[in-house]
Amino acid sequence: MLAYIMRRMLLAIPIAFGVSVVCFSLVYLAPGDPLSVILPADATQEMVAQIRHAYGFDRPLPVQYLFWLGHVLTGDFGMSIATRRPVILEVTGALSNTFMLTSFAVPLAFGLGYAMGALAGCFPGRAVDRLVTGAAVVGVSLPNYWLGIVLVIIFAVEFMALPATGMGPKGSAQFSLLRWSDAQYMILPVVTLALIPVGIIARTTRAAVAEVLNLDFVTTLRAKGLSEIAVIRHVLKNSAPQVLAVMGLQFGYLMGGSILIETVFTWPGSGFMLSKAIINRDIPVLQGTILFLSMIFVATNLVVDLLQSMIDPRIRRS
Amino acid sequence: MNAEPIPAISAQQIAGTAFGHDEALVEVRDLTVRFVTRETTVHAVNGVNFSVRPGEVLCILGESGSGKSVTLRAMMRLLPPRRTRIEGSIAIDGQDVLALDKRALGELRGGLVSMIFQEPMTALDPVYTIGTQIAETVLRHKGGSRAAARARALELLELVKIPEAARRLDNYPHELSGGLRQRAMIAMALSCGPRLLLADEPTTALDATVQIQVLILLRRLQRELGMGTIFVTHDLGVAAEIADRIAVMYAGRIVEEGPVADVLRAPLHPYTQGLLASTVHGQSRERDIEAIPGSPPDLRRLAAGCAFAPRCGLVQSECHAAMPEPRYTAAGRMARCVRITQAALAAAE
Ligand SMILES: Nc1ncnc2c1ncn2[C@@H]1O[C@H](COP(=O)(O)OP(=O)(O)OP(=O)(O)O)[C@@H](O)[C@H]1O
Ligand SMILES: [Mg+2]
Repeated sequence: MLAYIMRRMLLAIPIAFGVSVVCFSLVYLAPGDPLSVILPADATQEMVAQIRHAYGFDRPLPVQYLFWLGHVLTGDFGMSIATRRPVILEVTGALSNTFMLTSFAVPLAFGLGYAMGALAGCFPGRAVDRLVTGAAVVGVSLPNYWLGIVLVIIFAVEFMALPATGMGPKGSAQFSLLRWSDAQYMILPVVTLALIPVGIIARTTRAAVAEVLNLDFVTTLRAKGLSEIAVIRHVLKNSAPQVLAVMGLQFGYLMGGSILIETVFTWPGSGFMLSKAIINRDIPVLQGTILFLSMIFVATNLVVDLLQSMIDPRIRRS
Repeated sequence: MNAEPIPAISAQQIAGTAFGHDEALVEVRDLTVRFVTRETTVHAVNGVNFSVRPGEVLCILGESGSGKSVTLRAMMRLLPPRRTRIEGSIAIDGQDVLALDKRALGELRGGLVSMIFQEPMTALDPVYTIGTQIAETVLRHKGGSRAAARARALELLELVKIPEAARRLDNYPHELSGGLRQRAMIAMALSCGPRLLLADEPTTALDATVQIQVLILLRRLQRELGMGTIFVTHDLGVAAEIADRIAVMYAGRIVEEGPVADVLRAPLHPYTQGLLASTVHGQSRERDIEAIPGSPPDLRRLAAGCAFAPRCGLVQSECHAAMPEPRYTAAGRMARCVRITQAALAAAE
């Protein structure tokens, strides 16, 4: 097992390398000259050359990459073009704001989706199954920014029970989870965000459980005299690797922060920041955010892989 | 639309015949199993009668789709309850299986009756070690501590002659060879001292040499433990090896039944004769049953007459009228064929 963990971690290194190369090339892939944002419109040739040199743009690409990587590894992502603050602060701030939402949305969504899916999968074709499947289809097909707006209209505008947008009455800097006056700002975004993965997880779980329930060994379990509950325990464990794979993906997406939802609720998270950075052509922020999010994806994948192999020993062999 | 399955004769009619054992461990009477879906009804078992005495081995023989597995599964009520219609009666050790409630059924399964399946790879749970899976069965029926159940699992692995049993306890099914896997399956089936063992082609999926080893093991354990056994197979050789009596199934009915030596020496039913003849002529045992020309009937629409008639070389007009009733000989044999007259029976004795 330990050997497997080591092997998987080693395998993650080339992936991380690839991701970093893509992030680095973003500067060159983005249309336009990266310097055009900094330089005044009437800059002379000399000035351009000077700035080029100062930023290291005159060196060969691999050298530039290594310099950039060295900085990144020490936490230096450069300065945001829009705010003139270090990118690392911007990114970690936004990520922690998103994380505040996801840390509630994930248990809510995963718990609900899993419970619904497992229940439906245990009774394929029955009323619960049709109910859950129907609800999941509706959940998956509803655009959630639309749902967010509807929730705002109902709970904030009609009933005036919850605040509509923003992160606390005094802004994100003073936000505290422990104060109800602040925490209530999270309710609508958390609920809206949670509704994205519920349907997907419910459907995956349902399919996985129903599939395993059809396997031969389930008959053996029943032939041993096990109760239906004990049989279901076996079935859930067998279907867990498939469910975990989808949960890992969804976790990654949620950490990316839904751009649309964070925009609807003006929640200063990673999605909101990404959209701002794109609009402002703030390449360093874009680079930093994407790199961080990719690393979260890679790490989540690694964790999912390890969990899967702990549950199903056959995965370790391949 | 569907031809009604021919009603089988009642238990009273056959009292005093081959089925009339007072001390029977298993009594199956007029067993009918249908799978009903919105589109069709599959008549998988159409009036089956048999009994098994304690310690006796009954082999059920028949080609693919003849209803062997369905019969065994019905005996443990392992068929999907919503789609399956079971009629008739199944008594095991005096218990009316079809009337048992959930709790009693759980006691019966794995306790009084155990089943071994054809494919040990898919019949074992891939994400638990075999030690855990055997111990789980022991805990379910005998209670006690986990450690005691594990100790019992080890004993069982030794009983079925798995080498390095202590180490194998912590192996997952995929880490074992097919033969060892089937031995583990057998160990699990025997874990709670069943009085009846249902074995559904337990050696078919194994290599020829392993097949023989497992077969010898099964026969030894069956004798030592005195289990009544129903053994399903395609293979006449296997049947000759292990059976006390043979029942030949065709299209969901037993068409011939009797002591193994008698049936193999002088088969009464043309179908059994076909099976035997093809084994004598053809060298390959695997292909023996396919050697009869034609294919088995569609179980969704069974015709009224003898189900074997379309493939029978000795067919006569009478055959198409109705499925022949069972005819018995004094020597405890039975066959369902119009050609079996008293004279023919006498000749066979
Ligand atoms: N759950 C089910 N639903 C519908 N039809 C079924 C079901 N199980 C079995 N059948 C049908 O019942 C018939 C008898 O099947 P069964 O598995 O008993 O055959 P078998 O004699 O065991 O054959 P084999 O030698 O291939 O194992 C087949 O036509 C099969 O398709
Ligand atoms: Mg079968």
